[in-house]
Amino acid sequence: MNWQLMWDSLPRMLGGLSLTLQLIVGSLALGALVAFGVALLRLSGNRVVETLAAAYVFIFRGTPLLVQIFLVYYGLGQFEFIRDSILWPFLREPYWCAILALTLNTGAYTSEVLRGAILSVPQGQVEAARACGMSRALAFRRIVLPVAIRQMLPAYGNEVILMVKATSLASTITLMEVTGIARRMIAQTFAVFELFIVAGVIYLVLNFIATRLIKFAEWRLTPYLRARA
Amino acid sequence: MLELLSFGPNGWGGQLLMGTAMTVAVAVSAFAFGILVGSLGASAKLSHSLALNVVADVYTTIVRGIPELLVIYLLFFGGSGVATAIAAAFGYDGRVDLNAFTIGVLAVGLISGAYSTEVIRGAVQSVPFGQIEAARACGMSRWLILRRVLVPQTLRFALPGLGNVWQLTLKDTALVSVTALAELMRITHLAAGATRQPFLFYSTAAVLYLMLTTISTALFNRAEISANRGVRRA
Repeated sequence: MNWQLMWDSLPRMLGGLSLTLQLIVGSLALGALVAFGVALLRLSGNRVVETLAAAYVFIFRGTPLLVQIFLVYYGLGQFEFIRDSILWPFLREPYWCAILALTLNTGAYTSEVLRGAILSVPQGQVEAARACGMSRALAFRRIVLPVAIRQMLPAYGNEVILMVKATSLASTITLMEVTGIARRMIAQTFAVFELFIVAGVIYLVLNFIATRLIKFAEWRLTPYLRARA
Repeated sequence: MLELLSFGPNGWGGQLLMGTAMTVAVAVSAFAFGILVGSLGASAKLSHSLALNVVADVYTTIVRGIPELLVIYLLFFGGSGVATAIAAAFGYDGRVDLNAFTIGVLAVGLISGAYSTEVIRGAVQSVPFGQIEAARACGMSRWLILRRVLVPQTLRFALPGLGNVWQLTLKDTALVSVTALAELMRITHLAAGATRQPFLFYSTAAVLYLMLTTISTALFNRAEISANRGVRRA
């Protein structure tokens, strides 16, 4: 075990941390918006819209993320009208392609988590809110959504961990985040285990922090469970 | 344009089919290897030996906490070195090279095994302890209990979870393409580059993966129904 090499590789590896974090935060934030929209569409009651939303979820959950990333990065540029569109300055960049693919992927998984959570809100609570004179929108905003978000947190925590790991696939489209740098350094030095450990520890720490944050959010949103103590 | 997907001399149809077969082969082997590792992992987690508990916990925590791609790189770059070292310990002093298929199966299987460990552990724990006591009271030996009471029921409880693990495993095999193994993703990548029709080929790959996941979901549903045929539904 070459400790010196491990120690020396740390600054270079951490240089990719900023990009990894951007990919995680960016795609989780945008993915949450997509998931919210898709979950509402799937519960809209309109058959056509529901089928379209379900097809989106089915496709993105049923195919490997790598296919999705390559489809966005290599596939979209094939079309003339996309190369001529105002979106091209974004879609030309591997950075935005990675964010787009990761967003659509996590959006599909998260929408299912959110949909299940919304459906699990007891019907009596919605009826009570309606009986108090709340409009449907107000009841959704004040009653259904807060309860659903609290309900979905444990499952969403798993999705966050999956996303932290999924950002490593951005290295396949030339992005130099932590895995990309690790791969390049392994190819240069052949110190496979040392560099694997350094990169692995970075991801484990990220996932540890992510699970702590979700635990904290759960704790904040369940004061009624603590009040009795 | 569609003739690129045909089976003729100018089409990639045959190669895509071979790639799909390779993907299925890697996925099935890795899943089977994962169940083997998962059974060992689950028995280590449920054993009374602290050392085994810690080893199994470290394994599942690490493998589930770091990117799959890193695990594949680890085995791709380091697997042959370890195999050579193990062979040397047994008195063989040549170089052992693992081929891409073996590396893919080992890497994806180790990932799959970490998830299987948790699924199998949960399933074993949901077999009521009274049944094991009853079997012991009937005078069954440990192995007989394992074979007649524990394993059949564990299998039934574990099936839904193992179905999820299978889906993960199947999708993880796409990552093995970085080792240049000629599975579906790799062939697609080559075809997209050679024909300059990336959208066509990546969508075709997506459809093929969707078919694989859909068919296997249906198979797992049937397996669940068959495993639950002796249980009355509420």
